[in-house]
Amino acid sequence: MSKTTAKLMQGNEACTIGALAAGLEFYGGYPITPSTEIAEICAEELPKVGGKFIQMEDEIGSIAACIGASLAGKKAMTATSGPGFSLMQECIGYAALTEVPIVIINVQRMGPSTGMPTSLGQGDLMQARWGTHGDHPVIALAPGNVKECFELTLRAFDLAETYRVPVIVLSDEVIGHMREKVVLPDPSEIHPLRRAAPATRAGYKPYAADPDGGVPLMAPFGEGYRWHVTGLFHDESGKPTNKGEIADTLLRRLARKVDKNADILADCFSESLDDCDVAVISFGSSAMSALSAVRRARAEGVKAGMLRLRTVWPFPEAIVDKVASRVKRVIVPEMNLGQLALEVERVVGCRAPVTRIGKVNGELFHPDEIYASIMENK
Amino acid sequence: MGDTLSYFRQDMLPHIWCPGCGHGTATGALVRAIDRLHLDKNKVCIVSGIGCSSRAVGYLDFDTLHTAHGRALAFATGIKLARPELKVIVMTGDGDCTAIGGNHFIHAARRNIGITTIVMNNNIYGMTSGQYSPMTPKGFFGTTAPYGNVERNFDLCELAKSAGATYVARATSYHVPLLIDLIEKALLNPGFSVVEALVQCPTYMGRKNKIGGPVEMLNWIKEGTVNVKAAAALPPEKLKDKILIGELYNKQEGEYTADYDALIARVQRKYDKFQGGLYGCASNSD
Ligand SMILES: Cc1ncc(C[n+]2csc(CCOP(=O)(O)OP(=O)(O)O)c2C)c(N)n1
Ligand code: SF4
Repeated sequence: MSKTTAKLMQGNEACTIGALAAGLEFYGGYPITPSTEIAEICAEELPKVGGKFIQMEDEIGSIAACIGASLAGKKAMTATSGPGFSLMQECIGYAALTEVPIVIINVQRMGPSTGMPTSLGQGDLMQARWGTHGDHPVIALAPGNVKECFELTLRAFDLAETYRVPVIVLSDEVIGHMREKVVLPDPSEIHPLRRAAPATRAGYKPYAADPDGGVPLMAPFGEGYRWHVTGLFHDESGKPTNKGEIADTLLRRLARKVDKNADILADCFSESLDDCDVAVISFGSSAMSALSAVRRARAEGVKAGMLRLRTVWPFPEAIVDKVASRVKRVIVPEMNLGQLALEVERVVGCRAPVTRIGKVNGELFHPDEIYASIMENK
Repeated sequence: MGDTLSYFRQDMLPHIWCPGCGHGTATGALVRAIDRLHLDKNKVCIVSGIGCSSRAVGYLDFDTLHTAHGRALAFATGIKLARPELKVIVMTGDGDCTAIGGNHFIHAARRNIGITTIVMNNNIYGMTSGQYSPMTPKGFFGTTAPYGNVERNFDLCELAKSAGATYVARATSYHVPLLIDLIEKALLNPGFSVVEALVQCPTYMGRKNKIGGPVEMLNWIKEGTVNVKAAAALPPEKLKDKILIGELYNKQEGEYTADYDALIARVQRKYDKFQGGLYGCASNSD
């Protein structure tokens, strides 16, 4: 018989429990508001299960230590917020090119710079996709409530292992600090992915895979595979190369790992979309306010609908495209000056006008603000 | 001694180094020290940053990790903490270790984490063609110090020692037997060990400073150094501007990952009845 557990908890706590449920074994981080609770809980919980916690000297060291731990065969995670996320960018690209699975939780706050450290922001959406230099694959998931902090962090680990990419959980200050009652599944019903080691040690080619988005098997360090990992472009055996065609093949394979699986990765919450005239598209905490606004408009007979992205990268194009094909108007509320809107506009094209509602005062949208926009030229 | 070549990945050769570069000598010394200790190849992991020196790891037949500029010690910290049973070695350049990686260096030393760090110090940025580094002595030339370096340089060994390293030594590409001995001892130290290997970069350091080619540079290194044992008997004027080589510091203290394992044991004893599993977070108190 399955036994669920109901608890009142904070988003950051739910992320951490999700990570532990996924089999987290290593946390390396540097304290920063509003993500710090994640580090604190990891420091307390990991030793109990034989895992390791380390407070590194900065966020560059934190992500580097996580990549090292992952190469040593452990499930590794770090958590941070804006300034720390900026510092991690170089090594996010390193993890992408070397195909080392790691999970990064970014509890967004108001930026740029130190900004308003304790206030809400969603300005790291584009950074989560394009923050590191060069083309690279990345997956980013955005929880919209406390329960999803648990679910999406759990999923983030599986995705990191499946595709061997860095996976970002793009939370925010409100989601991270909000408390909700969460019903957690029976642990026996959680089956996190374990990395399978390559069968043969002799002649192990760490980067040999189908050029069409294949994912090679990853050997843990210390088990006799004796392989080489480098942030230089490399061939199938891991040997550095300057050959254009090898680099081209590698980078296209890396990109395909994610693009090819866009349908599997796409994940959205929707409500009242089927017959709606006005679609509100949002993510994270902004979407909470948006949903109340949509419901209120509906109650008043306005055909409004809600699409909340749980996977933000890769951008769920097919889903947004479907919405775009039948609505008269799209509204995009977000806690920045229009980042999600850029993607939405790209997909919607000239089929419907897209109204941007960007907010950058650090305060969560009041549903009225979004409601007012829905009611304009409805 | 075993077959030194067997420690190299022949398929990764030829190497990128210039003729007469000292990085090969330091790499050879490391391999010989590993060989003397009969370390299990499968349990040795070698990590580097970015630079000519850091390219060494690609040629070595172990689990090897060529990371980002300055970050070798941070990556290595993750590996060592995740799997303390591995022998973790870092190969780094003077720029990699003391400029961009300086913070990781002092913190790895402070933690006394069981990593053996070989700093291949050629007093210059070789890979990017001869800019001055934090180890370029005052007055020396580099492409970014065309009028002579205005900055002072670190004493890397003093830095390591004061930051908390428990084994600190220095040798050179001229004093190879000494270098091998010191690396061997460093590998035996359970805590954080630093061996500074003074090596020549004839292409930039040698040329920019008119020291000459590899042979002249080796002589320059020889002339500039005094063994710490011999130094004890020398008057101060003979030691002026000389760099000490040999074992400079050796003190046993608790190693970080062993201490962390002890912490785990302590916590697990205390939570012997810890039934919580997943959802038993003690911190879940509102
Ligand atoms: C973040 C970053 N900044 C700068 C560089 C360029 N860079 C590559 S190697 C190097 C200096 C290497 O010098 P050192 O560590 O002394 O090694 P050497 O080449 O002399 O052996 C620099 C500045 C880089 N790769 N990454
Ligand atoms: S540039 Fe200097 S350090 Fe680099 S390989 Fe050539 S000699 Fe060695």
